[in-house]
Amino acid sequence: MAMVIQNVSKRVANECHIDDISLQLEPGTFNVLLGRTLSGKTSLMRLLAGLDKPTQGRILMNGRDLTGVPVRKRDVAMVYQQFINYPSMSVYQNIASPLRLAKVAAAEIDRKVREVAEMLRIDNLLERLPVELSGGQQQRTAIARALVKDAELLLLDEPLVNLDYKLREELRAEMREIFKRRDSIVVYATTEPPEALALGGNTAVLYEGRLEQFGPTVEVYQHPQTSRIAQAFSDPAMNIVAGTVDAGSLRLGEARQVPLQQHLRGLAPGNYRFGMRANHLQLQRNSAADIEFQTSIGLAEISGSETFVHVVHNGDAWTVQQPGIHQYQLDQQLQVYVDPARLYVFDLTDQLVVSPDNASRQLT
Amino acid sequence: MKKWQDNKAWFMVIPVFLVVAVSAILPLMTVVNYSLQDIFGPDQRVFVGIEWYQEALTDPRLHAALKRQLLFSSLVLLIEIPLGILIALMMPKRGWAASLSLVLVALPLLIPWNVIGTIWIIFMRPDIGLLGAAINGLGIPFDHTAAPFDAWVTVLMMEVWHWTPLVVLLAYAGLQAIPEAYFQAARIDGASTWATFRYIQLPKMRGVLTIAVLLRFMDSFLIYAEPFVLTGGGPGNSTTFLSIYLVKLAVGQFDLGPAAAFSMIYFLIALLFCWLFYQALLKVGTGDKS
Repeated sequence: MAMVIQNVSKRVANECHIDDISLQLEPGTFNVLLGRTLSGKTSLMRLLAGLDKPTQGRILMNGRDLTGVPVRKRDVAMVYQQFINYPSMSVYQNIASPLRLAKVAAAEIDRKVREVAEMLRIDNLLERLPVELSGGQQQRTAIARALVKDAELLLLDEPLVNLDYKLREELRAEMREIFKRRDSIVVYATTEPPEALALGGNTAVLYEGRLEQFGPTVEVYQHPQTSRIAQAFSDPAMNIVAGTVDAGSLRLGEARQVPLQQHLRGLAPGNYRFGMRANHLQLQRNSAADIEFQTSIGLAEISGSETFVHVVHNGDAWTVQQPGIHQYQLDQQLQVYVDPARLYVFDLTDQLVVSPDNASRQLT
Repeated sequence: MKKWQDNKAWFMVIPVFLVVAVSAILPLMTVVNYSLQDIFGPDQRVFVGIEWYQEALTDPRLHAALKRQLLFSSLVLLIEIPLGILIALMMPKRGWAASLSLVLVALPLLIPWNVIGTIWIIFMRPDIGLLGAAINGLGIPFDHTAAPFDAWVTVLMMEVWHWTPLVVLLAYAGLQAIPEAYFQAARIDGASTWATFRYIQLPKMRGVLTIAVLLRFMDSFLIYAEPFVLTGGGPGNSTTFLSIYLVKLAVGQFDLGPAAAFSMIYFLIALLFCWLFYQALLKVGTGDKS
């Protein structure tokens, strides 16, 4: 039994918010909706919740058609980007509110509230009002309120976006544990590829209202069907370079020709687009097989304990992810290396031809 | 670090200081001065201590005016605040209809107070006034110049008509500031319209409602224009509120000493009530029982 979304579209005025999405979500699974802002994540969630009615298509839950059923009659819980709690109620009353509306017995309410509060580590704050809590605690309360309902469908719309970095890491790790033990269908929207990878489960990549790819998160990451998915599911975005395959050799951009090896061996002669993840571009040669590019530096930005070096090669802008903190001069010349075994290959219509062979390598 | 000093800053502060001194502090000190002296002429004045204060505090007409004033202000708050919230809730949230309704609601606020008085005098006239004549036409005798109750009703209606829009604007702004996600969350929880109002909209409007209550209390407590234009405090003394009585005392009878003492008392009463309201409103709905 599962939630089935059949050819669902949503148009508002003349704008298409959701374009013909079909998807099947199984109970007990964790599903990430990945896409940038305005890609349709929130629109899709609103349709799943029943807050909006699709213009076309059907939504089935366990075989029952839910398309026209209003949200009040559905079994849904949702957590938002903003910390949404009832302002005049204590944490306890907030968590208890869905159960009270559902007319659950008082003793049962008390047991469930305390259980969920303990799970989210806010059991010592039950008497406080939301304004007396930190941002992280407020969001924990909102998550507790959603969990206590034990709904068939649990929607989380970028719940960690408004939290600071440390709290985010902490709550994300906890959430993975909390959701592991549930039978609900969990849908989690995020704009951040690392978050999708950290959460695991399945990932659906959305782009301009369309579903680009859906599958186990690692599978989507390792085998993105198009370069657009690869760029969306890569932070910083995957670097793309045009290249030509000719009689057993490969030439990327302005680099020297190299022989075809490993997963590239089967490529037919012709023009392709090659994808290189920022962390696979190196600033020193690691093996004789590496391809060397001459680039000039546009900008170097420091992110955490890494440096993102933005370089230009033959008119293409790339990002190199370099461990450690480094400083560079603008327009300085820089040699960038890539191991051909790390290349993703897309044809000129943007479809994946071959991705790196991961059986022999670790996922990095 | 070396402390940076530049006396030029004084040139920035002095103009404001002078304006405030001339417009607020000096008149206030003059009133304090008057309230402690008996003044017979420009050069003849006698220090009388707290005599005027004693006189004002034991004046039965002042007590009557204070009671009237408190009743009036309570009625104003009881009518204007719920009515303002109700109208704000019914107003459209966006689009051209929202702009139009805002303009319509704000119209009474744009009319000068003396014009409002004149409008209502004509409106309520028992012979030719639209509403006054209509009420009389129904067989209910209505004359605000003769019956104290009718005068009260008229002043209250003027006040409500004139100032409820302010409460509406404040409440509307408060409602608009609530993120859409709250209403979604309430819908998902299956909360009723009343529950949504009671547990989301009302608590979220707390800040603006505090301001609305304070402003409306202060303003209605100091009400002068409406009863002055309508009946000058009559019929009898029925609409003689504190400020009307004060003006009668100071300007009508030229009892500057008692009037000054009365002003000080009036000022302290208004301040006291505002403080009490403020303290109460800070705590309401926060669960703070202290």
